Amino acid sequence: MTFKKRMFFMVFIVGILACHKDHVSENLELEIPPHFPDIQYNLKDNAITNDKFNLGKKLFYDPILSADNTISCGSCHIQTSAFTHHGHSLSHGIYDRIGKRNSPPIMNLAWNNSFMWDGGIFNLDLLSISPITNHAEMDETLPHILQKLKSYPNYPSLFKNAFGQDSITGTLFLKALAQFMLMCTSTHSKYDSFILKKTELSPLELQGYQVFKNHCNVCHREPLFTNHEYLNNGLSISSFNDLGRGLITSNVNDNYTFKVPSLRNLSYTAPYMHDGRYLNLEAVFDHYSYGVQPTPNLAPILKNRIPLDSNDRKSLIAFLNTLNDKSFLFDTKLSAP
Amino acid sequence: MKNLIISSLFCIFIISSCTKDTNSTPEYNVNQQGKLSVEFDNIVGSNNLQLNTATYTNSSNQTFNVTKLKYFVSNFKFTNSVGAVYTQPQDSSYFLIDESKPNSSNLVFNLPEGQYNLVSFLVGVDSLRNTLDVSKRTGVLDVTGLASDMYWSWNSGYIFFNLEGTSSAITANNGLFQYHIGGFGGYNTVTPNNLKTIQLNLTARGAPIVKKSNINTPNIHLFVDVNKIFSAVNTISFNTTSIVHSSMLGIPLATNLAQIFTHDHTEN
Repeated sequence: MTFKKRMFFMVFIVGILACHKDHVSENLELEIPPHFPDIQYNLKDNAITNDKFNLGKKLFYDPILSADNTISCGSCHIQTSAFTHHGHSLSHGIYDRIGKRNSPPIMNLAWNNSFMWDGGIFNLDLLSISPITNHAEMDETLPHILQKLKSYPNYPSLFKNAFGQDSITGTLFLKALAQFMLMCTSTHSKYDSFILKKTELSPLELQGYQVFKNHCNVCHREPLFTNHEYLNNGLSISSFNDLGRGLITSNVNDNYTFKVPSLRNLSYTAPYMHDGRYLNLEAVFDHYSYGVQPTPNLAPILKNRIPLDSNDRKSLIAFLNTLNDKSFLFDTKLSAP
Repeated sequence: MKNLIISSLFCIFIISSCTKDTNSTPEYNVNQQGKLSVEFDNIVGSNNLQLNTATYTNSSNQTFNVTKLKYFVSNFKFTNSVGAVYTQPQDSSYFLIDESKPNSSNLVFNLPEGQYNLVSFLVGVDSLRNTLDVSKRTGVLDVTGLASDMYWSWNSGYIFFNLEGTSSAITANNGLFQYHIGGFGGYNTVTPNNLKTIQLNLTARGAPIVKKSNINTPNIHLFVDVNKIFSAVNTISFNTTSIVHSSMLGIPLATNLAQIFTHDHTEN
């Protein structure tokens, strides 16, 4: 082998290595902490890559997903509020139309196998269609969005870079949005560090943890702080008689039940409950202490209510604050591009 | 020995002819395929359905017009005169009949030669397809395309049968009625199942003869009587039923839906 040939060969090898390295750094990873269960989402059908995630992020923050190009997914799912609509009991969509439910957080969805307050959607890929087409939210159609995306600058090449296909299809659109939502993971709270034995809880926080274990953990089960069930927690029936899960299953035993929400990032997700009726945690504690109503299908565990005295509340708030995760709220990777 | 050989041959002859008989009759070669079409002819009582312009009367003596009629038919099976069943392959077994698209109502199949006495199909989309990954939902099943108005986004599932129109008997919503019949039985919880299997015996009004050598494609001509949606089993009046967007509300309509398909004739 001549020197020249040898040099060429080496450059060739370096080139391969470089390509290989680039390729590896392109792939994001969904972090699964050791104390978390297995994820529910099938990543085999939608392996996460940088390009797909970034495309999903651009779509998530793009108002062209709404009929009048005014609101994006990010309008009602604000990162610094753990992707809820801070301060809004009910979100408003285009033309200030008001919905019927409180905007839920987009957080740790990979561990869920049903979505929305009533669990009507059973696959994360199908989730986005609902707010996009809902009359009170974005009121757009998927065929029209695809048409818009095709005519906008950048999108055709972004889709091509991400998926290697020349056409923009509904499947790719939904998979890209799913990738962004999958990466919205909140796993670095003080609680998580405590469980992983990297930090200590204060005496007050530990006291609150005990109160939590005594009264809350059955439904708001660790480490996701939800048991993924649909339960009636005894809210008085609202003026428009929202049947919750009953609307999905048409089973009277599901009437007035709603998904048990996670308690992670609770400090940032007020107001509370499916219709945002409680503006702060004191109101929530009041509800469980003496406000629970004997409505049909009330969760048996709440029949005797959960009396929480001022000491319980003080320590419980201290513990619940350990579920806040600022690294999630201010992760620039998830912020508007 | 000679006798033995002769009787053996005779036996073999009988066995082989028997085997052959269970597969096909002498005039058909089951190893050859021919074409067969099924036509869904949408009517209202004794009138051909006309979108928007025509006015019809239901069994409650209420007038109405139809602005949209779309429905899924799937999982076709054809049974021939010796009882053999041809099942259309899954990946090409979903069709969306759309009254506004005349070409959508004539479905063409390739199947082994034979006389076919029975056809069966599902009105709607079976639970398996209803829960498949979004990437497998192509063509008429594309919820972001052709099926975007045949899908409940808030309660994941296809609408099987979509009839919309207006009636002067309805005071709310500018007289609008929307009958969206769906419900595949639920993914992680049992919910109403409005899937209906239609089985039609074709012998009384003409069984199609499928042969590779056919010059004209035999056509099973079905009538789909929209008026029976209001009356086949349950009486549906606009007074009480105008907007149906859930599987539970759709149950009485789905019961009627199972009766609206009839075999009118076959063109061989």
